[in-house]
Amino acid sequence: MIGLNHYLILGSILFAISVVGIFLNRKNVLIILMAIELMLLAVNMNFIAFSRYLDDLAGQVFVFFILTVAAAESAIGLAILVVLFRSMRTIHVEDLDKLKG
Amino acid sequence: MNFPMPDLMPVLPELFVLGMTCAILIFDVISRTRTPAYLLTLATLVGAAAITLVTALPQTRYTFGGQFVDDAMSDALKLMAYVATFAVVVYSRGYLVERGLWRGEFFVLALFALLGMMVMISANHLLILYIGLELLSLALYAMVALQRDAARATEAAMKYFVLGALASGLLLYGMSLLYGLTGTLELPALARVLETGVGDDLVLAFALVFVVAGLGFKLGVAPFHMWVPDIYQGAPSAVTLFISSAPKLAAFAFTMRLLVDGMQPAVADWQGMLAVMAVLSLAIGNLAAIMQSNIKRMLAYSTISHMGFLLLGVLAGNFAGYSGAMFYVIAYVLMSLGAFGLVVYLSRDQHEAENLEDFRGLNSRQPWLAALMAILMFSMAGIPPFVGFYAKLAVLQALVGAGFVWLAVVAVLFSLIGAYYYLRVVKLMYFDTPRADAPAIVPAGDARALLSANGLAVLLLGLMPQPLIALCANAMQMTLQ
Repeated sequence: MIGLNHYLILGSILFAISVVGIFLNRKNVLIILMAIELMLLAVNMNFIAFSRYLDDLAGQVFVFFILTVAAAESAIGLAILVVLFRSMRTIHVEDLDKLKG
Repeated sequence: MNFPMPDLMPVLPELFVLGMTCAILIFDVISRTRTPAYLLTLATLVGAAAITLVTALPQTRYTFGGQFVDDAMSDALKLMAYVATFAVVVYSRGYLVERGLWRGEFFVLALFALLGMMVMISANHLLILYIGLELLSLALYAMVALQRDAARATEAAMKYFVLGALASGLLLYGMSLLYGLTGTLELPALARVLETGVGDDLVLAFALVFVVAGLGFKLGVAPFHMWVPDIYQGAPSAVTLFISSAPKLAAFAFTMRLLVDGMQPAVADWQGMLAVMAVLSLAIGNLAAIMQSNIKRMLAYSTISHMGFLLLGVLAGNFAGYSGAMFYVIAYVLMSLGAFGLVVYLSRDQHEAENLEDFRGLNSRQPWLAALMAILMFSMAGIPPFVGFYAKLAVLQALVGAGFVWLAVVAVLFSLIGAYYYLRVVKLMYFDTPRADAPAIVPAGDARALLSANGLAVLLLGLMPQPLIALCANAMQMTLQ
C-alpha cells in the first residue's frame, strides 16, 4: 500500500537531486534551469500528497499557482540565458567568473 | 452559484498600481518619447500614496476571505516603498539615458516589482506571500538583465536568477511541510494550530529550517549572502539602487508576517536560527567590506551587516524589537537610497563611479555632494545625531530588554569595526586630492534636489527621531493586537 510517507520520501529525493544538481553541476547553465524546475515539482508532489491526506483543496490550488509561476520563471531564465550566450558566447558555469572581489 | 463580492477598499492601492502599470505598458508602445511614461510613473506613485493615505483606517481590515490584510504596518511600509521607488526613478534618469536604458521596460518592471512588494507587505496567507515574492523577484531578475550588451550585467542576472529560484524552492518546501503539519495556509490559523502544539516538533523544526533559509536568501544575510555583492556590482547602478532600497521593506514585512504573525508560538525555535544568521552577517558583512575597493561591493557587504542588525530586532521577539526593526529598515532604506543615489549621480557617460577612487577629493570638486555623502556615511556607521544612530539604539535597547545582552555587545563591537570603512570614504573625500583625470560631474537639477532632501531627511530624522519612532511603535501596536 502506497501511503503519505512514500510520496513525501519521493518528494524529498527529487528535492535533494535538484539541490545537488544546482551545486555540483559545473558544466551547463541549462542543467541548472532543469534542476530548478525539478525542485518546484518536488514541492508540488509534497503539496498534492498533503492535500489528499488532509482532504483539503488549498494545497492543490497552491500547486496550480506554483506551476504557473514556474512557467513564468523558466521563460525569464531562458531569456537571460539567451542574452548571456549572445554576450559571452558560452553557457558554461565555470565561465561565469567575471564578478569577484 | 453566487460569489460574494470581496471588499475592494483595502486593495485599492494595489488595483490602482496594477491598472496604471498596464496603461503605461500600452501607452509606452504608442508614445514617441519616454518622457510621458516617466511622468505617468511618478504620477502613479503619488496617486498610490494618496489612495493609501485616504483609505487608511485606524483598525485592521481583511479582505478576500482573510487572505489579504490592510493594517497600520502595511500602510506605513507601502508609503515608504512609494517614496523609495519615486526616488529611484528620479535618480536614475540621467544614468539610464546615457546608457541607452531609458526605455519603458524600466518603469513597467519597477512598478510591477513595487506591486509585488505591496502584495507581500499585505499578505496574510502563505500563497499570497509566495505570489508577491515571485512578482517582485521576476521583475528584479529582468531589471538586472536590462543592460543586454554588458557581459557583467547578464552574468549578474543569471546568478541572481539561479540563487533566487533556489531560495524560492527552499521556502516552498518549508511551506509545504508547514501545510502538512498544520493543515492550513492562512497565517493566523497557522499560529493558532502551532499554539496548541503540532505533536511532531522535529518536523516543525525541519520546516522552519527551510523557511528561514529561504527567508535568509531573500534578505541577503549570511550564510546565504553570496549573491549580494556579485549582483550589486554587476547590475547597472540604477538597478542596484532599486534592489538595495525598496525590496528590503518588503523583505522585512515578509519576515514579520511569516515568523511573527504566522509562527509566533514557535518563537523559541526560530530565535536561535536568526541569532546565528545575525551574528554571521554582522561579522562577514563588516569584515569583508573593509577589503573592498569597489564602492558598490562595499555597500553590498554593508547591506549584509545592516540586514543582520535588522534580524537582531526581530529575534528579540518582543514589541520593542519589532518596532525597532521597523524603524531600522525605514532608516536603512533612506540611507541606502542616498548612498547609491550618489553613486548613480556621479556616474557619467562611459564612466561608472563605482570605485572608492572616484570619491577621492570630492569635497574640492562638489562640496555639497561630499557633505551629503558624509552625512550618509556617518549615519550608516551609527554616529549621532543621524538617524542610523537611533535605529541602532532602538534595536539594541530591545535586545537588552529581552535579555540578549551578549548579542547587543557583539553588535556594538562589529559596528565599531564597520565604522572604519564608512569613515574611510569620508577621509577620501575630504583629505585627499582628486585624480587629475577625474571625469566632470554633469549637474542634474531634479536628482540633485531630491538627493539633498534625502540627505537632509537622514539628518532631520536623526535630530528629531520621535515622530518616526512613534509611528513605528503605533503601527506595530495595531498590527500585533
